[in-house]
Amino acid sequence: MFSVTGISKTYGAVQALDQVSLDLRAGEVVALVGDNGAGKSTLVKALSGAITPDTGAITVDGSRVRIATPRDAQALGVSTVYQDLALCENLDVVANLYLGSEHRRWSVLGHLRMERAARDLLTSLDVRIRDIRVPVAMLSGGQRQSVAIARALIGRPRLVILDEPTAALGVEQTAQVLDLIRRLRERGLAVLVISHNLADVRAVSDRVVVLRLGRNAGEFRTAATSQEAIVAAITGAITHEH
Amino acid sequence: MSTDTLVRRPYTPKEAVARLRRGDLGAWPVVGGLIAIAAVFGTLNEHFLSAENLTNLALQMAATGTISLGIIMVLLLGEIDLSAGSVSGLCAVVMTILYVKQSWNPVAAIALALAAAAAIGLLHGLMHTRLRMPSFVVTLAGLIGWQGLLLYLLGQGGTINLPFDGFVSKLSDTWLPSWLAWTLVAALTAGWAASAVIVRRARRAADLPVPAAYLTWLRVAGLGLALAGAVTILSADRGVPLLLVVFGALVIVLDLVLRHTVFGRWTYAVGGNAEAARRAGIDVTRIRVLAFVLAATLAGFGGVLAASRLSAVNQASGGSDILLMAIAAAVIGGTSLFGGRGRPYAALLGILVIQSITNGMLLLNVDSSVRYMVTAAVLALAVAIDSLARKGSAR
Ligand SMILES: Nc1ncnc2c1ncn2[C@@H]1O[C@H](COP(=O)(O)OP(=O)(O)O)[C@@H](O)[C@H]1O
Ligand SMILES: [Mg+2]
Repeated sequence: MFSVTGISKTYGAVQALDQVSLDLRAGEVVALVGDNGAGKSTLVKALSGAITPDTGAITVDGSRVRIATPRDAQALGVSTVYQDLALCENLDVVANLYLGSEHRRWSVLGHLRMERAARDLLTSLDVRIRDIRVPVAMLSGGQRQSVAIARALIGRPRLVILDEPTAALGVEQTAQVLDLIRRLRERGLAVLVISHNLADVRAVSDRVVVLRLGRNAGEFRTAATSQEAIVAAITGAITHEH
Repeated sequence: MSTDTLVRRPYTPKEAVARLRRGDLGAWPVVGGLIAIAAVFGTLNEHFLSAENLTNLALQMAATGTISLGIIMVLLLGEIDLSAGSVSGLCAVVMTILYVKQSWNPVAAIALALAAAAAIGLLHGLMHTRLRMPSFVVTLAGLIGWQGLLLYLLGQGGTINLPFDGFVSKLSDTWLPSWLAWTLVAALTAGWAASAVIVRRARRAADLPVPAAYLTWLRVAGLGLALAGAVTILSADRGVPLLLVVFGALVIVLDLVLRHTVFGRWTYAVGGNAEAARRAGIDVTRIRVLAFVLAATLAGFGGVLAASRLSAVNQASGGSDILLMAIAAAVIGGTSLFGGRGRPYAALLGILVIQSITNGMLLLNVDSSVRYMVTAAVLALAVAIDSLARKGSAR
């Protein structure tokens, strides 16, 4: 569905991405792994319109597209959950879910419509928050991450990108978020997860794409691959299969 | 869905503590403070709680309270407007010159003065957003600069009187007839009760939780009693002053705007997390500029009200402790200096507190030197509580 081919990006003397390719399909969770500085964030930024790559092409359903701004990405159905979540702690869950895309008439907020839709969305994702009218500051880390992910679904996206969704979470909350990611897959979304945690990667992904020093360094079917093989690709202990 | 999920349960003790930690104390400390103030000054001076003095208090509140509403707009963004006092004075002087010296129609004079204030706010907002100057510095320059312009416009004379029976002076010498005051009380209470009922119905129909019914009715009854009490007291003197009604209307309108419009929602969002707001596609710059425009315009209007009460403008217009009082009123009412938290009702309660203290000290003939120090101490205390609450929530 989404396809990235031969993307390169240089920052001054640094080659952040060098002829990187990536395929994303509906109903599939792809994990993007690699050492610090491997180019994961840069690749994600190219997909979400935060940067424009120097060369290479992005195609959606076979036709070439231009993603120059976050709005372009949004219009193509790409939704990104950044590592810092970008929630307004002083606003309640409903307000955060609809931030920037509030239901309104003559600029008057449609409180009930939003609250109802928010409740239905969270219920369908099995996210449990007792009172969705309390400020986000009162929620646990896992609940906040869940709100941030649910928020990515408001604009009915086709591709959801998650940057380190479990990095700040404890065991139980990590399990909740991984469940949530599986539910995104069940909804038929394409999901791209950046993670450092190989246990999480193995638990949730269908496919693992490894970047190393800005290049593709291997691609594995998760179910058929050992953790050692992935680690070897990340550290460069083996050459990749292409 | 089972019925128990439909009634929003009151907070558990744990949640209540969490709210306290975040500094979300509601209006209760302020109400407690007001009772304490009434008790202290009431025993020290028997005149303090008289109908006449409480009416004067209401008149004194309106101007500074209006300025305070503007301060809240910028505080919500985590910014500050130190120029509000000077802008209020300047605006009053512009209005007076047009009205008295140029013989303009008073309404047109007020309108042009408010437009000038809005332009000043626009300038502040653009300097803050385009030149990326801290709001503190922009409005500190404004504090001195606009006062300079005020002195320049006033020229040698230094004082311009407003005609006592003119439109502007009449603003603060108009009193609602008793029937109108009581109709207003009934209409406000009924209006609030009706909206509460409508919202409850709609929420039930949408399968959303509603607060317990007794809480809703307790609130409506409380509002009705408070309004009726105020009207009873004020009626024992000259009646309900128009000025108080104007200020009250501004509070209500601003509160509705902040809670029910997209602009209000985005204002809180920018104050809570500007980067998150920006990523959500909100035009953060526009919200910021608008807040400064609103702040300056409300300050200007407060200046007009102050001039009306004094029936004159002079070199002290908008000076002395007006700015400090306006900021204190906002913060005492629970508006956070760190942005994202606060409501216009805060200005109403806060100005009541700070103005009663000032008024009480004036009755006791306390020297202005002491008054300044007390006002500053009250502001410092309110800010300290706000900072501690923030520290608590950041844990
Ligand atoms: N804005 C930037 N300016 C200069 N260099 C950058 C910038 N962003 C990333 N880089 C460099 O590009 C490389 C890839 O970075 P990044 O995509 O953030 O890697 P990862 O997310 O995998 O850790 C790194 O060497 C990093 O220093
Ligand atoms: Mg990164």
